[in-house]
Amino acid sequence: MKKYTQQNAPIHEALLRHKANRVVPFDVPGHKGGRGNKELTDFLGENCLKADVNSMKPLDNLCHPVSVIKAAEELAAEAFGAAAAYFIVNGTTAAVQAMIMASCKAGEKIIMPRNVHRSAINALVVCGAIPVYVNPGVNAQLGIPLGMSLADVENAIRENPDAKAILVNNPTYYGICSDLVAIVALAHRHNMLALVDEAHGTHFYFGEAMPVSGMKAGADMAAVSMHKTGGSLTQSSLLLCGPSISAGYVRQVINLTQTTSGSYLLMVSLDIARKNLYQNGKELVRKTVAFAEYARSEINKLGGYYAFSKEMINGDTVFDFDTTKLSVHTLDIGLAGIEVYDLLRDEYGIQIEFGDIGNILAIISAGDRTLELERLISSLSEIKRRYSKDKAGMFDHEYINPEVVLPPQKAFYNKNRMVAIEESLGEISAEFVMAYPPGIPILAPGERITGEILSYIQYAKKKGCFLTGTQDLNIEKINIVEGI
Amino acid sequence: MELWYTEQHTDDVRFSIKVNKHICSAQSEFQRIDVFEAVEFGKFLTLDGLMMVTEKDEFIYHEMIVHVPMAVNPQIKKVLVIGAGDGGTVRELTRYPGIEQIDMVEIDEMVVEVCREYLSQTACKLDDPRVKLYFEDGLRFVRTKQDAYDLIIVDSTDPFGPGEGLFTKEFYGNCHNALKEDGILVNQHESPYYGTYARSMKRAHKRIKEFFPVCGVYQAHIPTYPSGHWLFGFASKIYDPLKHFDASAWNALGIHTQYYNTALHVGCFAIPNYVKELLDSEDE
Repeated sequence: MKKYTQQNAPIHEALLRHKANRVVPFDVPGHKGGRGNKELTDFLGENCLKADVNSMKPLDNLCHPVSVIKAAEELAAEAFGAAAAYFIVNGTTAAVQAMIMASCKAGEKIIMPRNVHRSAINALVVCGAIPVYVNPGVNAQLGIPLGMSLADVENAIRENPDAKAILVNNPTYYGICSDLVAIVALAHRHNMLALVDEAHGTHFYFGEAMPVSGMKAGADMAAVSMHKTGGSLTQSSLLLCGPSISAGYVRQVINLTQTTSGSYLLMVSLDIARKNLYQNGKELVRKTVAFAEYARSEINKLGGYYAFSKEMINGDTVFDFDTTKLSVHTLDIGLAGIEVYDLLRDEYGIQIEFGDIGNILAIISAGDRTLELERLISSLSEIKRRYSKDKAGMFDHEYINPEVVLPPQKAFYNKNRMVAIEESLGEISAEFVMAYPPGIPILAPGERITGEILSYIQYAKKKGCFLTGTQDLNIEKINIVEGI
Repeated sequence: MELWYTEQHTDDVRFSIKVNKHICSAQSEFQRIDVFEAVEFGKFLTLDGLMMVTEKDEFIYHEMIVHVPMAVNPQIKKVLVIGAGDGGTVRELTRYPGIEQIDMVEIDEMVVEVCREYLSQTACKLDDPRVKLYFEDGLRFVRTKQDAYDLIIVDSTDPFGPGEGLFTKEFYGNCHNALKEDGILVNQHESPYYGTYARSMKRAHKRIKEFFPVCGVYQAHIPTYPSGHWLFGFASKIYDPLKHFDASAWNALGIHTQYYNTALHVGCFAIPNYVKELLDSEDE
């Protein structure tokens, strides 16, 4: 096999060769380089459609890579300091699920914070592993969930010495990091695997003075959302593994659910994004941090908003902070984050990543320009001037400690029935309810529906949060577990 | 040899000027800056290839963007000018002895440097003691001001490029906040004729209307701008551009102009029906 270096992008090069060879396509996809769908080709461009090809010998096969995909994955592993890397084309959701399903079987325990992304709990519904939730710390002023405290993880381990793995959210959507090195060491001392949902942390591997990355901290697996901050196309992602993990087994687990028609558009975007990060990552992250720091200081000057950062660090539940994140607390101007989020889009033509009850988050990257940052800052200034209200009566926290009654899989597959949400008080939920984004469940299957949760759901609806998860698309009814 | 400057006014329409000499070409952090010399138009400045000013017709634009608001309120003392790196707007403003302070905010210092060197016809008054130059983003500058100016003139490029932020709702809201209670906002308002420009014009008008009770549009004929038919926006908190306009007071100032006069002041607010319909329609 050809020897590749970080200056190469093996999949990109193979696609260029394939195109230059003018291979006649009598295989799928049926659009045949775009000729079969003119409107789509006019919209996306001929280059794009010509790169949308099927697996074949010179282009390798994602399910069983032996040539260019294998080479591209090895380069990714090297770039990220991992023993192995897998290209994922079903979103970071698939990477998180593969990580969990490769670590735990049905009935086995996994320790995780409750403020995980829905994909982690979904994996438990699929594979039947049992979650042991560690309550994340909560910042009372901001009302947001933080990282896991080391003492809480120790407790969870003491009470569940048979757990197979610990999953850490690092960083959280808001940019908060746990003490990853200590948690990984703790896990390993107790023969547990350390897994990191690093969906928002791709840049940790390339920037200077960033919080520690999963692989650097010695984690066994990490799900890295290349498309979020790494520059690849939406839905492309990486699963990284440390040396202790059986590479072949992980591949088998990934193949349980991943498509057999891996998109070359997604794969080539991972390949080129990896090359770019390796070559320019330091500078890209430096620029991103500079933009975010500027916006933070200007927004904090406006008054009323609080764009938080490293001052939150407390050595434990906020062990470190990702300064590329622009998270802003909005409750002090009397507006829920979701209201500011909607105003920014509807009134000012600015789309940010999410707004929840008390905060908004804007994703900053090296692709931004000062011009757009100034628009964001000025719009926030105008929103404060024109829309701010008395803050009395605002719901002030994002996180509710759940009462877990049943494992997610048992609750999901148990006999259940649909009732009106307001009549579900005291019942056990058989499904998820979450605001999306951020996609952290308010309720997960198997959890008790409390009065606090119901008023949270009602409030979130009233403020305009986009709620998801239940079978009933209007989120007026909910499935509850029967007979338990 | 023939040398022609060509601007693409639309995908299918071109405008060309025969050029004698390409005098200057520079690339700033924000845009490409060029100065040419032509037989017909004298020296002219382009930004990213788009026509900004020519020596031959700049008087029309600069007189109209300055004298219309000044004739509505001759008591204006503090003026904020955003953009206007060529200096022509400031030159017209300095002709009013009553003006005490002119803050000019231009994002691109290199534009001013180039104009000082090659276009002294417009840049000649930038050193007037009442003028203070700020090289920063206009949106950022105005955000921090409150109840500070009698007049804000937005002399920007088109809303595709560095001038984009100056056509936004957040900018007009911040301008409203930066103006005194009898303040006036005048902006270059694009052209109604070609589709792309007309869309910018409608969006700007729609957004300004959300903040200012008085909101008019006036026009001028500028030969080197796309379609030649150019609009300005007049927005204010109190003053109506016609009702509060005192022709004899302005004429008493004795300012000699080549384009503007007090009869034209009244006439320029009479706009064609198709433009009225565009401005009144709700869709963007």
